[in-house]
Amino acid sequence: MVSKETFNGSVEYVQVMDENGNVDQSLFPQDLKDEQIVEMLKWMILTRALDAKTLSLQRQGRVYTYAPLVGEEATQVGTALAMRKQDMFVPGYRQHGVYLVRGASLEAHFMGWRGFEEGLKVPKEVGGLPVSVPVGTQILHAVGLAFAQKYKKQDSVVLGYTGDGGTSEGDFYESLNFAGVWKVPVVAVVENNEWAISVPRSHQTAAQTLAQKAIAAGIKGVQVDGNDVIGVYKVTKDAIESAKNGMPVMIESMTYRMSMHTTADDPTKYRDPKEVEYWKARDPIDRVRKYLTAKNLWNADIEAKLAEENSKRINEAVEKAEAFKGDPKSMFENAYSFVPETLQEELDDAEANNFWQ
Amino acid sequence: MLNAINNALDLSMKADENIVLLGEDIGKDGGVFRVTDGLQAKYGENRVMDSPLAESGIIGTSIGMAIGGLHPIPEIQFAGFMLLGFSQLLNHAARYRERSRGAFTVPMVVRTPVSGGIRALEHHSDSPEILYSHIGGLIVVEPSNPYDAKGLLMMAATMNDPVLFLEPTKLYRLFKQEVPEDAYTIPIGKANRIAEGNDLSIITWGTMVPVVRNVVDKKKLSADIIDMRTINPLDEQAVLESAKKTGRVLIVHEASLSFGAGAEISARIAEKAMFELKAPIMRVGSPSLPYPLPGYETAYIPNEKKVAQAIDKLMSV
Ligand SMILES: Cc1ncc(C[n+]2csc(CCOP(=O)(O)OP(=O)(O)O)c2C)c(N)n1
Ligand SMILES: [Mg+2]
Repeated sequence: MVSKETFNGSVEYVQVMDENGNVDQSLFPQDLKDEQIVEMLKWMILTRALDAKTLSLQRQGRVYTYAPLVGEEATQVGTALAMRKQDMFVPGYRQHGVYLVRGASLEAHFMGWRGFEEGLKVPKEVGGLPVSVPVGTQILHAVGLAFAQKYKKQDSVVLGYTGDGGTSEGDFYESLNFAGVWKVPVVAVVENNEWAISVPRSHQTAAQTLAQKAIAAGIKGVQVDGNDVIGVYKVTKDAIESAKNGMPVMIESMTYRMSMHTTADDPTKYRDPKEVEYWKARDPIDRVRKYLTAKNLWNADIEAKLAEENSKRINEAVEKAEAFKGDPKSMFENAYSFVPETLQEELDDAEANNFWQ
Repeated sequence: MLNAINNALDLSMKADENIVLLGEDIGKDGGVFRVTDGLQAKYGENRVMDSPLAESGIIGTSIGMAIGGLHPIPEIQFAGFMLLGFSQLLNHAARYRERSRGAFTVPMVVRTPVSGGIRALEHHSDSPEILYSHIGGLIVVEPSNPYDAKGLLMMAATMNDPVLFLEPTKLYRLFKQEVPEDAYTIPIGKANRIAEGNDLSIITWGTMVPVVRNVVDKKKLSADIIDMRTINPLDEQAVLESAKKTGRVLIVHEASLSFGAGAEISARIAEKAMFELKAPIMRVGSPSLPYPLPGYETAYIPNEKKVAQAIDKLMSV
C-alpha cells in the first residue's frame, strides 16, 4: 500500500501599487519609465471618458444595450500596454479599453454599439478579434490562434479575455486544457469583476481562487490586483514571456464592476451599495494620479487639458458614427465568400419590393 | 405574458413540490426579464437556484434531476446560449425514453426567450424552433399571448417529456390580456384558429401572430389565421382542414426562410391537399442569414409590408 502526496500547487497574488499610490520597489518593473506611467494614466482616463459617453448616449437612445467597464480600466489598459505590437487579443464584450490602447478607432466603438457589423471590422494592425458575446467561449479561439502563430513560426502571443462568470463554462476549461497540451503562446485573462450579472463570484465556484483552475490544466495561474495598472502590466509582461516559451498562463485580474452589468440591468436588486463604496476607495485611476502628482508629473491643469482633448475626440467620433446609416444589402453580401443564387433571389426580392422602407 | 408565465410557474410549484427552477440570475434578480421575480423569496433557494454560468451544466444536471424523480424547469437566459447545451438536449434529453424503451424518462421544461424586435445584443434574438423540432423526442412549444403561455406552460409542467418552452421576448410586454387567476391547461400539439375566413389560410406562430393579425385587419381579409402554438408535434389536421377550405396558404415565421418550419408545413400540405389548392403555397420568413446586430434588425424581421405583399401575390394567382 502506498499513500503519498502527488501534487501540491499554489497561487501567487501580486500588487505593485496599493490604493494610496505607494509602490513596492522590489516588484516594480525596472524598465518601466515615468513617461510610461503617465501614458497609462492617460489611457485609463480616455477609457473612462469613452465609457461615460457611451452610457449617456445609450440613455438617450443613440446606442443600444451597452456593457460599461468603469472600474476595470487598469486591467484592460495594463494588459493591453503589456502586449507587443505583434501580439493579438480575443476579447469578450466589455474590453473597450483594450481596443482603444491597441489602436482601434473611437468611431468603430460607437458603430458597433450602435448595432452595425461595420464597427466589428477590426483593422489588422489592432490585432484583435471582434466582440464576442457567448460568455467564456472565445478563449478557445485564442488557443487556436496561438496554435496558428506557433505553426507559422510567428513570434506572437495571444491574449484571450473573459469574466469570472466565464470560467464556469465548459469551453473555458477546455481552452486551458488545450493550451496546456499544445503548449501554445496563449495567455487567458480573467477579468474578475466579482459579479456575473447578479451572481457573485462566491456563488460561481467553490474554488478559493479562479487562478487555480489553470493548475488543473497544467499551466500557470496567477492573481493580480486588477486595479493596479502597474501590477497588471508586470504580470502580463511576465505571462507573455512565459507563454512565448511554451508555458501558457492564466491571469486572474481582481477588479470590480462599479456600474451595472449592462444598461438593461439594475444592480440595486441584488447588491449592497456598501460594496461599491469599498471599491471606490480602491479606484484604479486615483492611485496612479496620486503617485504621479507626488512626483510632480501630474496636476489639475494637465488633467483639465486632457479632458478637453478627450471630449473633443470622442464627440467627433460620435458624429462620424452617427452619420453612418448602414445598407441592409451588406447582410446578404457577407455571409459567404460568394452570394448563393437562392440568397440573391431573396435580396432582389427585398430590394424590388422595398421591404426595408 | 411575463406575469402569466410567472403565475404559471408559481401555481405549478405550489401543486407539485418536485418542481425546481434553476438558471442564471433567476433567483434574487428574478431573471433578466423578471419572469421568475419573487419565486425564490416564496419557495426558497433550494427550489429556485441561481446556477453557475454554464448552459450545458444547467441542462445536463436538469436531465439527471428529472431521471431522479424531480421535474426541473431550467431557464436558459437567451436562446442563443441554449446552443451550449445542444448536445445535452439532442444527445440525451431527446433520447433517454426511446433508447431505454420507457424505463428512463426526462420530465422537464426548458424555458428560453426567443426571437427579435427588441434591439438586443448579438445572439439574443434567434428563432431556433426548428433546430429542436427536427430531431424527434423533444416537444417544442411557442405561445403568442399571455393566456396561451400560462395554459401551455402549466400543461408542460405535468407532462412526462422534455418540453422546450420558447418565449418571444417581443411579446413579454407587448399587450395586456385578462388571464384567469386559477390553474388551467391548454393541450400541447393543438393549434388555435384565432380568426376565421374563407379566402386564404395564414399559418403562423410566436412574434408573427400580431403582425399577421394587423395585416388581415387592415386589408379586411376573410382569412383563417392559425396560431400553431406547438411546433413539434405539428397539428397537421388543423393545417390541412383550413388549407382544403380556402385553397390558398401562406406560412409566416420569424425564423429564417430556408429549411424553416414553413418548409415542413408546406410539404405536408403539398403531399396531402395539393389538388385542393388554388395557388402555390407561399412562405414568408427572415432572410436565410444569421440574425444581425440590432442596427439591421428592422431590415431583417418580416414586417407587415412583406406579409401584405405575399398575400397580394397569393391572391393574384
Ligand atoms: C454562453 C452565455 N450564457 C449566458 C450569457 C448571458 N450573459 C451575458 S453576460 C453574463 C455574465 C457574465 O459574467 P462574467 O463572465 O463575470 O463577465 P462580466 O459581464 O462580469 O464582465 C451572462 C450570464 C451569455 N452572453 N453567454
Ligand atoms: Mg464578472
